[in-house]
Amino acid sequence: MKYMMLICADAETGAAHAHDGCGGWTDEMLARGVLCGGEGLRPPNDATTLRVRDGELLLSDGPFAETKEQIGGFCMIECDGLDEAVEIASKHPAAGYGTIELRPVFTPPVP
Amino acid sequence: MTSIETAVAEAFRAEWGQVVATLIRITGDWDLAEECAQDAFTSALDRWAADGVPRKPGAWLTTVARNRATDRLRRAAVGAAKLREAAMLAEPPDPATVEEFPDDRLRLMFTCCHPALALESQVALTLRTLAGLTTAEIARAFLVAEPAMSKRLTRAKQKIRNAGIPYRVPPAHLLPERTPAVLGVLFLLFNEGYAATAGADLLRHALSAEAIRLARMLVTLMPDEPEAMGLLALMLLHDARRTTRVDDTGDIVLLADQDRTRWDGDAITEGVALLDAAMRRERPGPYQVQAAIAACHATAADAADTDWPQIAALYGSLVRMTPTPVVALNRAAAVGIAHGPEAGLALLARLREDGQLAGYHLLPATEADLLRRLGRVDEAQAAYREALDLAGTDAERRFLERRLAELSV
Repeated sequence: MKYMMLICADAETGAAHAHDGCGGWTDEMLARGVLCGGEGLRPPNDATTLRVRDGELLLSDGPFAETKEQIGGFCMIECDGLDEAVEIASKHPAAGYGTIELRPVFTPPVP
Repeated sequence: MTSIETAVAEAFRAEWGQVVATLIRITGDWDLAEECAQDAFTSALDRWAADGVPRKPGAWLTTVARNRATDRLRRAAVGAAKLREAAMLAEPPDPATVEEFPDDRLRLMFTCCHPALALESQVALTLRTLAGLTTAEIARAFLVAEPAMSKRLTRAKQKIRNAGIPYRVPPAHLLPERTPAVLGVLFLLFNEGYAATAGADLLRHALSAEAIRLARMLVTLMPDEPEAMGLLALMLLHDARRTTRVDDTGDIVLLADQDRTRWDGDAITEGVALLDAAMRRERPGPYQVQAAIAACHATAADAADTDWPQIAALYGSLVRMTPTPVVALNRAAAVGIAHGPEAGLALLARLREDGQLAGYHLLPATEADLLRRLGRVDEAQAAYREALDLAGTDAERRFLERRLAELSV
């Protein structure tokens, strides 16, 4: 199964760890063949949010949701099931200071 | 009830969980598994009346449910993939498994109690799939509207499927973190029923009985887990005293005043034997310690005979294993009886400072009781009044008022 790991932290904590890297996690998971990709993100101050309503483009400065916890990075993983996904995510250094949300990837049902 | 209806009802209690667990493993579809299990029990009513009760009702029911699932999948098969799935199911099962179906209930139990599900969903799912309670019965027991409970169950099943929660007993290295979740759900279930008072909905008491039945199942399925034995022992030792906990008017009867001749001697004997067997494994845990405390009470000839120093020491161990303020409060109460009210009050003063129990009526109520023993009447009255302001149920308030009145004379 494929899961998206959404790595979240409050802005200050996220900034404090922005240059940490992943401490060998990426290499380990690539070697295991479970990591399909991922990136760290610039802070939410640099975000632009947009929507199109009635053909009109609306832009706003900043993130979509004004919550304390913001997404600071993401990874795609592919593994056997939730227990393995939890094991993989729990080894990510960000789990030690932020939170990681595991979202199964949507797969349309086979007709 | 006719004898066949009785036989089917007995088979339902004994085999429902097993049939559903097996069907989930075979089909991977929780709803289909439940529906086919239901169909199997319905057809048992007719077929057993005509052909007699089979020698192995569980195997008969599983085979019928399995055939029903094959039919349903075949009828629903539109694509080649579905047809293959149905064909696989239709293959005659291994002769070995016809006689002895593998026990899938443990994997069902661990999957229902997966920590990625909300606790209330874990409880509801366990009652529905393992114990066979209907959605309406579960809704009534938890004072929730039936559609809300139905939605909760549906969501939980969807999450298991969509989030990829594996249908398995966790591997050995995960058991230490996953077993407490299963034990916790069963204990919560037991307490939901146990806390219900005499006049309250009988269905809630049935929850305790279900919890004991499921704990028995778990002890059979995990014979090397002393905490499972400890939990079952704890439930039996508490349940043995159930009928004496409140009087005919629904008022609380303190342990010291309960009629010990009405305690269930068989349940106490079984609980103590289970606890002994668990402790021989020398892997202590919080349920074994709580069962040991319950055993101290249950085996004392009368209140005066209770081994309070032993109980206080056991609470000391429990505080180290589960350092919660409520456990610390119980320890302070036990120390107050075992080693004198001053010793208990000193521990209570620390708890009051700590502030975590602010608003919990049993903190001032415990203080009041120890002050009363010391003859510090004014302070005891003040503490009872504080407890009265905080008490949640009528029975609790009536009990505190009685105590306060006794002090005033």
